[in-house]
Amino acid sequence: MLGYLLRRILAAIPVMGVVALFVFLLLRLTPGDPAAILAGDNATPEQLERIRTSLGLNEPIYIQFYTWIVKLLHGDLGVSLISNKPILEMIGPRLEPSISVALATIILSIVVAVPLGVIAAWKHGTWIDRFVMGLSVLGFSVPVFVIGYVLIQIFAINLHWVPVQGFRSISAGFGPFFERLILPTCTLSFIYVALIARMTRASMLDVLGEDYVRTARAKGIGETGVLLRHALRNAAVPVITVIGSGFALLISGVVVTESVFNLPGIGRLTVDAVLARDYPVIQAMILLTSGIYVAVNLLIDLAYTLLDPRIRY
Amino acid sequence: MAIDTLPESSIPVTRPFRLRLGFLTATPIIAVATICLVLIILMAICAPLLAPHDPLLLAPAQRLKPASAQFLLGTDAFGRDVLSRIIYGARISLVIGLGAAVCSIAIGLLIGLVSGFFRWVDAVMMRIMDGLMAIPAILLAIAVVSLSGASIWTVMIAITIPEIPRVARLVRSVVLTAREEPYVEAAISVGSSLPKIMWRHLMPNTIAPLIVQSTYVCASAILTEAILSFLGAGISPETPTWGNIMAEGRAYFQVKPSLIFWPGLLLSIAILSVNLIGDAARDALDPRMKQREGK
Amino acid sequence: MTAANSTNVVLDINNLVVGLGRKADAHRIIDDLSLQVREGETLCLVGESGSGKSVTSLTVMGLLQKGTLVPSGGSVKLVGEELLTASDRRLRQLRATRMAMIFQEPMTALNPVVHVGRQIDEVLRAHTDLDARARQQKILAMMEHVRLPDVERIFASYPHRLSGGQRQRIMIAMALVLEPKLLIADEPTTALDVTTQKQILTLIRDLQRDHGTAVLFITHDMGVVAEIADRVAVMRHGRLVESGPLDDVLRHPKMEYTRNLLSSVPSLVPRTPRPETSEPVVLEANELGKVYRERSMFGKAREVAAAKDVTLTLRKGRTLGIVGESGSGKSTVARCIVRLIDPTSGGVRLAGREISDLSRRLLQPHRKKIQIIFQDPYRSLNPRVTVGESIAEGPINYGMPRKDALARARELLELVHLPPDAISRYPHQFSGGQRQRIAIARALALDPDVLVADEAVSALDVSVQAQVLDLLDEIQKRLGIALLFITHDLRVAAQICDDVAVMQHGRIVEQGPAAEVLTNPQQAYTRALLDAAPGRGWDFANFRPVSEAAE
Repeated sequence: MLGYLLRRILAAIPVMGVVALFVFLLLRLTPGDPAAILAGDNATPEQLERIRTSLGLNEPIYIQFYTWIVKLLHGDLGVSLISNKPILEMIGPRLEPSISVALATIILSIVVAVPLGVIAAWKHGTWIDRFVMGLSVLGFSVPVFVIGYVLIQIFAINLHWVPVQGFRSISAGFGPFFERLILPTCTLSFIYVALIARMTRASMLDVLGEDYVRTARAKGIGETGVLLRHALRNAAVPVITVIGSGFALLISGVVVTESVFNLPGIGRLTVDAVLARDYPVIQAMILLTSGIYVAVNLLIDLAYTLLDPRIRY
Repeated sequence: MAIDTLPESSIPVTRPFRLRLGFLTATPIIAVATICLVLIILMAICAPLLAPHDPLLLAPAQRLKPASAQFLLGTDAFGRDVLSRIIYGARISLVIGLGAAVCSIAIGLLIGLVSGFFRWVDAVMMRIMDGLMAIPAILLAIAVVSLSGASIWTVMIAITIPEIPRVARLVRSVVLTAREEPYVEAAISVGSSLPKIMWRHLMPNTIAPLIVQSTYVCASAILTEAILSFLGAGISPETPTWGNIMAEGRAYFQVKPSLIFWPGLLLSIAILSVNLIGDAARDALDPRMKQREGK
Repeated sequence: MTAANSTNVVLDINNLVVGLGRKADAHRIIDDLSLQVREGETLCLVGESGSGKSVTSLTVMGLLQKGTLVPSGGSVKLVGEELLTASDRRLRQLRATRMAMIFQEPMTALNPVVHVGRQIDEVLRAHTDLDARARQQKILAMMEHVRLPDVERIFASYPHRLSGGQRQRIMIAMALVLEPKLLIADEPTTALDVTTQKQILTLIRDLQRDHGTAVLFITHDMGVVAEIADRVAVMRHGRLVESGPLDDVLRHPKMEYTRNLLSSVPSLVPRTPRPETSEPVVLEANELGKVYRERSMFGKAREVAAAKDVTLTLRKGRTLGIVGESGSGKSTVARCIVRLIDPTSGGVRLAGREISDLSRRLLQPHRKKIQIIFQDPYRSLNPRVTVGESIAEGPINYGMPRKDALARARELLELVHLPPDAISRYPHQFSGGQRQRIAIARALALDPDVLVADEAVSALDVSVQAQVLDLLDEIQKRLGIALLFITHDLRVAAQICDDVAVMQHGRIVEQGPAAEVLTNPQQAYTRALLDAAPGRGWDFANFRPVSEAAE
């Protein structure tokens, strides 16, 4: 068990290494002078020089990588080219909106999608199944921001049920916090529900064909018992795997949703950085989100051992 | 040890690979999707004939006009005809979708085949693929575009890169399964060379899943391009793309929601059609896959 | 064997029809089947693949896939109660209490993520009002009853910790814990090794005797039938061919099909030995070994010796059998010899030339001298390549022009008794037996000195098996090829091998002429294997017990 845990953690290191190498090389290998790329077309020589020193671009490339990675390991994500503030400080206050939306989305999606997938698989081939599958294709196909604006139009502008945009911290009271979270969460949940429902259905269909499900039926236990105790527990591994791999999708979705709903989260920070060509911030955001992705998937790897006794070594 | 007599009906029969276009009309829904996609493709090709106005022509006097006989869908904040821009916008979406699909399939196939067969390449390649997959696709694309400037080529590259690992992993898993098959071992024992085994016994297994995967990549690429444009990280704003039209519409959303509604609708229909055709192709190519549809 | 003198009919199937789909003209999987199973009696339902024997059992249990297989006529009565029209609720009540079932694959029939004790417990919770303590006591008692060791530990174990035999005992405990009137056993020992099979068969028979259960036992194996049946029903294409008491059916089969089926069962008595030859040795294995190392990052690497010190000699025109149970290493040896995997020690000499240490490239010219046929005929041919191309692939690799290679493929198809025009067809158009013939033709295309058959007839029905064995024999006589025949089936080995090597735990425990090893074994393990072979008392092909043959 401990060996398995250590092995999973060790396996995550090269993944993060590749991510770090990728963002590092992306800037250096893009054709042209990195400093000029970052500074834009009408930069003064002083500005260029400042960027060069700031990123250590005058050093040989392996020394650049070494100093950069050492700083990174000490938790130094660098400074913004625009505001000159340490990026870590810029991220701090931005976390609450992003984490709130992401967490709410995960909870809502699982609560909605898993039952949908189970029912679709159970009623395989009926209109319920087709309806769920249709919904899931729709969820994959309609862009997040289109869903977002449609929901705003209906529930905020026409019906006045919830505010149009914006964010209130939970410290300002749960009511205002919650009502501004509803639309972004629903918007973002569409694609995640589609993903999880589809995988739950597929995995349940596989499992329902297994011999032990037939054994369970032959024992004369009720259909709910067969579905939940025997089928769903065995179908869970692919489902939580897709929850993990879909996390990258979720992060992409958070970036877009924050733009639609004007949430001051890390997604907005990233988009603003793109518009201002603030590459160190973009780089830090990639490292941060990839780190979260890897950590989530590590947790999911560990969850396997709880779900499937065969993985315990 | 499987000793039992295998009942023939339970044996999955893999027939020689053959995809007939008949699957495109298998059900009414798929037929509608096919028609929609064909119409959108025709619209893109014939854009100069169909568009009533020049999509780039600025007319400050005509800002944010509502729909009228002259401007069927009204005008945008620069007085450009929205309908014409939408018609031209189909071009970019389709070119990007197709281009990204072809590129990522080609590169992914190569990586997947090689890593499926050589263990040492596999170890390195799969770590790289894991790393790429850990980066959210939008962020990766944003980084590439923001560094190398926004042109249709960089956007295409930016969208292709995050799709490669998915294709490579798919191909690799097909190859790894197939190489355990006794018919591959039989080929080894009759002295077939490695390239011959790959080409003749392993490659064909990847074609069906790749056709399906290419439709998903295509749909996802169209979507990503729109998101990039929408965020302001895509092709330059004056170029008519569906994402750009919507990005401009953001500021005027409460005044003129149709700026987001119409391109959004077309975009959704295009992606939906491609996805539905992909599902139909999967069902037609491999009835067994009907049940298992992890993307 | 207990005589069926009781007249209490437990299961009464009358004129049952099961169709594929709901339509009236649907293809009938079961056609007008009538059977009775009485209290305290075992009825063996025998048939080859596709005969509908498993569908019959699932129909009784009400476990047919809804909408796909539909019972459309006749009746199935369990102790007088009609099952075909019973509600789902009523069927659930009857399962495990009146009728229970055990399945073929003990490896997959238990839920992998639930303790086996809890899985038995579910039966009690669904059908009784016992409290937790009483349930546990009842389960532990039942587990002892099916002769499981260390029941408290096994109670709390996950299925993957148990052996196949133990899992099947758990299944039996689960099925019988509420003492049902009817036990349906669908090929319950087919996936087990012979020694385990024997124990499970004995267990089922003993439990039945103690509880007076009616048993419907489904099998394809005549040996098992002879061990356990009171009465026999033979099925083919969904119809009943004939039924009767065991002795009657085995001695005086009334129908042609039953006669053929029995004649196809290879005898356990070795065939008359062929005279020793002084032909050259074509294949030698010297102290061949294969060790698998499981590398682990922490702790020591685990080593598993799949084969150790295996020494074999095979002369031109002879057949050497390697027999053993699963995990004995017999397939590892075959694959090392063909160099599909690399041996870790020892040597393989092919026509006097050492090949075990040759690189892939240097090996190339020697590969053609030794060819292999695999167990699963459905997977050993590339479904996307025509039969002709598959057969011609080898000769083309060794420089034969394509046209000549295809002409050669036609000749070979004739040699294996298939029409030459099969050359342009795809594998899915052929049956399992035909595909195995194609695989043989492909192996022969390179004119090998040695043909390795790795369980090559194990996946085939007995009648097809007999034909393929005849074909191999004929080819050997005609071409003087040497055969290395890997099998778990002693009957097959007795009929085709000149010499036999018995393997256990990766080592050869006994080796010698088939007639000696299989009639007068020197080692305890060989004796145990022979003793466990089901139906060893019967000479099926001659419709009499072996003991009468001597007279």
